[in-house]
Amino acid sequence: MADTTFDVIIIGSGPGGYVTAIRAAQLGFKTAIVERAHLGGICTNWGCIPTKALLRSAEIFDYLEHAGDYGLVAEKVGFDPAAVVKRSRGVAKRLSDGIAFLMRKNNVSVIWGDARIAAPGKVAVKPHDDRLKTDVPKGALGPGNYQAKHIIVATGARPRVLPGLEPDGKLIWTYFEAMVAPIIPKSLLVVGSGAIGVEFASFYRTFGAEVTIVEVLPQILPAEDAEIAAFARKQFEKQGITIHTSAKVTKLDRKADSVVATVENAAGKALTIEAERVISAVGVVGNVENLGLEALGVKIERGTIVTDPFARTNVPGIYAIGDVAGPPMLAHKAEHEGIICVEAIKGLNPHPMNKTLIPGCTYCRPQIASVGLTEAEAKESGREIRVGRFPFIGNGKAIALGEDQGLVKVVFDKATGQLLGAHMVGAEVTELIQGFVIAMNLETTEEELIHSIFPHPTLSETMKEAVLDAYGRVLNI
Amino acid sequence: MPTNILMPALSPTMEKGNLARWLKKEGDKVSPGDVIAEIETDKATMEVEAIDEGVLAKILVPEGAEDVPVNQVIAVLAQEGEDVAAAGAEAAKPRGEAPPASKAAEPPSAPSPERPSAAASEAERAAAPRAELPQVDRHEAAPAAVAEAARPAADDRGRIFSSPLARRLAKEAGIDLSRVQGSGPHGRIVARDIEQAKAGRRLKPVAAPAAAAPPPPAGAPAVAALADEKIRALYEPGTYDVVPHDSMRKIIAQRLVQAKQTIPHFYLTVDCNIDKLLAAREEINAAAPKDKDGKPAYKLTINDFVIKALALALQQVPDANVTWTEGGMLKHKHSDVGVAVSIPNGLITPVVRRAETKSLSVISAEMKDYAARARARKLKPEEYQGGSTAVSNLGMYGIREFAAVINPPHATILAVGAGEQRAIVRNGKIEVATMMSATLSTDHRAVDGALGAQLLGAFKALIENPVMMLV
Repeated sequence: MADTTFDVIIIGSGPGGYVTAIRAAQLGFKTAIVERAHLGGICTNWGCIPTKALLRSAEIFDYLEHAGDYGLVAEKVGFDPAAVVKRSRGVAKRLSDGIAFLMRKNNVSVIWGDARIAAPGKVAVKPHDDRLKTDVPKGALGPGNYQAKHIIVATGARPRVLPGLEPDGKLIWTYFEAMVAPIIPKSLLVVGSGAIGVEFASFYRTFGAEVTIVEVLPQILPAEDAEIAAFARKQFEKQGITIHTSAKVTKLDRKADSVVATVENAAGKALTIEAERVISAVGVVGNVENLGLEALGVKIERGTIVTDPFARTNVPGIYAIGDVAGPPMLAHKAEHEGIICVEAIKGLNPHPMNKTLIPGCTYCRPQIASVGLTEAEAKESGREIRVGRFPFIGNGKAIALGEDQGLVKVVFDKATGQLLGAHMVGAEVTELIQGFVIAMNLETTEEELIHSIFPHPTLSETMKEAVLDAYGRVLNI
Repeated sequence: MPTNILMPALSPTMEKGNLARWLKKEGDKVSPGDVIAEIETDKATMEVEAIDEGVLAKILVPEGAEDVPVNQVIAVLAQEGEDVAAAGAEAAKPRGEAPPASKAAEPPSAPSPERPSAAASEAERAAAPRAELPQVDRHEAAPAAVAEAARPAADDRGRIFSSPLARRLAKEAGIDLSRVQGSGPHGRIVARDIEQAKAGRRLKPVAAPAAAAPPPPAGAPAVAALADEKIRALYEPGTYDVVPHDSMRKIIAQRLVQAKQTIPHFYLTVDCNIDKLLAAREEINAAAPKDKDGKPAYKLTINDFVIKALALALQQVPDANVTWTEGGMLKHKHSDVGVAVSIPNGLITPVVRRAETKSLSVISAEMKDYAARARARKLKPEEYQGGSTAVSNLGMYGIREFAAVINPPHATILAVGAGEQRAIVRNGKIEVATMMSATLSTDHRAVDGALGAQLLGAFKALIENPVMMLV
């Protein structure tokens, strides 16, 4: 009979859950993690990772289509949607298997099934019955009753469903279907222009779909700086994507192999858009249900579990991290939250997370990356600010890469020189943003950034130039 | 097993340092990270933190001990459950060099408490800056003497880890970073700590380790000054800069507060006619032999005459050539006259020894030498320690008269104003004469009013008739 008593049980093995499990094990806790579908959760299997694989295929296809721009000849360039999806699934599988290895390596017990917190300290696991095929890792423990002094809920989130826009898996997709579609639809309506929406819009547009984005707010990528979002919008429109902002889908008529949507645009005019498929990307909601939380009196607000800075809920011994504990719903936020959570349990006095320093990355083409306050948010906060910008057209490396469409924008506090935010659009900016993240975490001011030497020729020089621009010292424009 | 706490090296080159202060007493419980003592070198003040948990069984190096070699055992920590007394007695064997005072062959070799303390107070006295000084060399004199006096110099104290933003916020808010408790990784000061400090939180006390001035000497009344944050609150943030105190400034502040709080000052002023002195000076200087480059062998200043006159006056009024101690009056046989010299950011007071026995040209040469060596950081402690009086001359600034603060352990200080032509009345007639006012501050415990007046009268007689200095 397997041991059923642990120090820490984590429910959900997404990036938040499994990283938390490893950290807990490192700290000497006897740790178990409960999963019902795939180790790695949505991120690894149905989110971050497989979409990056898809987008990589799209990117290479795009390069091949533009081979002539680089003096190359690529003839008969084509694609096989099924093979593209297969590669993406392979990438996800490889990482999921990697997590199984990490659990074994760290002596984290994996429990397979649906978890419910029966009482503080008690987790009841039942067999999971789901349409998703599950990959039970070797050596996983089965359903049963388990005990742990500390129970961490890391159950993530799922696509939000708007009334009238209910996904059916056939005509109206969520990211699950969009990720494994065997065809590239001729036309696609994407509802919602957050990260998920624009990434799929980019992917399908690159492979030739006529893509329309409908966004209810006045700007696409609503979380991003307005200038960056406007820059991205221009690029998307250049690629042939149609964008309606301040617009909403009021009606969806499902036909045999298409959908007719009625969209009320900004001017209040009703447009009819017919598309083969619709992707509903109107956000995600926390998986707070069926965990027994209500019965235990765990406080839930706006669909997510209320926690303190150390991920503690109002019920002692029950913690929540990641998407289920509220926005921003990002894998790296979940991981960090989980680490803080177990370190606090261990009594290590970790510093609470500074949510303003969580970077966000969107892998559309061009990429978007940002951290900290947007210009508008900085102004709203009552600060006097200095803003610097630098376009990729002034950067040698960008031009050499053939990627001269981009913009870096930085926002400084005028009084203190504190870097309040950095916003980027352009090639590889998701890899660049970390420079600003570190700078902000170390509380650098413009002075240290200006004194830092950025290697030449790199795209990162645009970052320094933007800083210089904020202080009237820009060089290459 | 008891743990020896060793004198830490604050820098790779440090060989010895001063034990400025114990923050824990024998018998106190300590936990890892607790600050147990403050160590000073001429460059830095640092905290010694406990690494282990235990009870401070024995302090082997007393507070104020100077030049304690690195790695000398300074205290013994008893682990939990150990006999504290036994640990203290047993573990006193030094691992590093033996302290200079102890015989190497004689364990246990805890230094005798008396010697370092005495040394400390002497050095303190020596380094004591004077409040007002004659500007013997107003240009480049370096604060060498203070540095050599082995007193702390916190102007280059151990690095304070802080974020760039925190540093800038602190500067703008006028907050001394050394007073802020960091909450970042490894105690790094981050922006939020400054925000807290602005609200008066997370601030170390004014006399905090590694930060503030050395503690006042035992017995000195506590200074009930306004807390820094309260003072700063009176000014709008951003309208001022904060310049951290260097060690000389801290010593000046400490010693002058001590002087004004412990010495009952009493002031006497006379006007001296220096026409004869000026004439004599001119004559003497004109007669100075010249070397082959035409450079005169000496060039006397008015201050040289003042030093000599005060030295002779003290010989004529020996009851005023004293130092107050609680145990009894020290009556000095010689006139050792300190001369306050202003140097950038501070003062140093070299002492002209036995000035009554020295000719004006010797005094003059000595003062020139002192100034030059101060500049070259070459003054030795014995050259600025001791003395029973001092001269402070602000005449070159056109100051007519002022009262100086006595530099302990002196009993008097003579504040000398500018020589200037004034209308005087002589024999019922108004005449023009070059007059110089001098104010004697006396320690009333040692020099009463009449005695001070006698001393000042003798001084006046000598200054007005410099030929009498030849007698």
